Amino acid sequence: MIDGVLARDRAAVARALSAIERDPAGPLAAALHRHGGRAHIVGVTGVPGAGKSTLVAALIGAWRGAGRTVGVLAVDPSSPLSGGAILGDRVRMDAGPPDDGVFIRSMANRGAAGGLALAASGAVRVLDAAGYDVVVVETVGAGQSEVEIADEAHTTVVVVPPGLGDGVQALKAGILEVADVFALNKADLPGADRAAAQIEAMLKLGHTLRDPAWQPPVVRTVATDGDGVGDLVAAIDAHAAHLRSGDGAGWRARERARAYAELRRLVIARFAAAVFGEGGARPAAIEALVDALVAREIDVGGAAEAVLGGRARGG
Amino acid sequence: MTTDADSPDSTPIRVLVAKPGLDGHDRGAKVVARALRDAGMEVIYTGIRQTAEMIVEAALQEDVDVVGLSSLSGAHMTLFPRVLEGLRARGLGHMIVIAGGIIPAEDAEALRAAGIAAIFGPGTSTETIVAWLRDEVPRRRAER
Repeated sequence: MIDGVLARDRAAVARALSAIERDPAGPLAAALHRHGGRAHIVGVTGVPGAGKSTLVAALIGAWRGAGRTVGVLAVDPSSPLSGGAILGDRVRMDAGPPDDGVFIRSMANRGAAGGLALAASGAVRVLDAAGYDVVVVETVGAGQSEVEIADEAHTTVVVVPPGLGDGVQALKAGILEVADVFALNKADLPGADRAAAQIEAMLKLGHTLRDPAWQPPVVRTVATDGDGVGDLVAAIDAHAAHLRSGDGAGWRARERARAYAELRRLVIARFAAAVFGEGGARPAAIEALVDALVAREIDVGGAAEAVLGGRARGG
Repeated sequence: MTTDADSPDSTPIRVLVAKPGLDGHDRGAKVVARALRDAGMEVIYTGIRQTAEMIVEAALQEDVDVVGLSSLSGAHMTLFPRVLEGLRARGLGHMIVIAGGIIPAEDAEALRAAGIAAIFGPGTSTETIVAWLRDEVPRRRAER
């Protein structure tokens, strides 16, 4: 399977994505990790209805036109009730005849806290090792886990529809900080000027920027007819060039941020699984602490200390 | 991470729901997609007017257990076998292909012979489809 992935055999890539989704940090991930590091990883996020999938479809066309290969990971939430999901991004992205240079995979979060980001990191690792020049991670930007996924990327594009009104203000919480490029999509609709002005005003207000040396551009697009898509590609490329400029310190910083985030998530997930026995019976020591809390014999800080101290001593 | 992460058997059933052919009537397909989602399955919905070639490629990339085909245009006798042939040609003969829509009894017989595993006509309850998949998919996974 590893040789198949490296040779960009699409059936092997597809099976590897399934395997790595089941075990994002297993032997397959280890084998592929050594072969990665070439792709430009582009996150695309934004509120539902912003036109992300249509814009990604237009970007795919532009990149293919320039001879670049593209892997896409389209992430959607699972239903919290059933654990199932309807993954509909292909409706917009997969319009033409099959193309060797494009691979699109839909992924659901399968209900695990932090698990979505880990599985997405694994999937990016597969598409990177397969040699796709650009790897797109498309997510709904509606919550913390999606912001987490945005920090998987070298370049994060936040797609904003016009008419969000004061909703642009709401974007501030988290998602503005991760934007390297804004795509003001549906720019032919009323309210586009106002939305662009609001974003630019917020950026001028000295909003916390991830990278003080990069002012995120606001690019107007109409994904449905391709307007502005060339400008968006240019802005994404300009950001990559910025990261790689000088001695490439910016690129290295992003790589380090990605590695740190993934390591941290994995350790937290494994630690929680080990301490709380998630997925099986809760350990007796945890149950005893819960009982002691309820009986008010101990406070929550003391209980946490008991867990962490025990872990630190006993491994 | 998820407790069932280690076993392919406990990963959610993945189903591609596709509408080959030129009719735009996808209400039935959407009802089925929602029912499968509510039963805990991951449904990749590809929309209307798909060619057999596009469906095969999507099934390959998404690594699904099941391909569900719906057609109300009467084109099932040409399009469904083309999907089956395409899947086999790409080494995807293990995927379960099921069909829905308006399919006359004599055609159903021929489609079953061609490799369509099950045909669910109008009036089939979504519970029936869910139960059939929950029974069949683990068996097929075990055979791989």
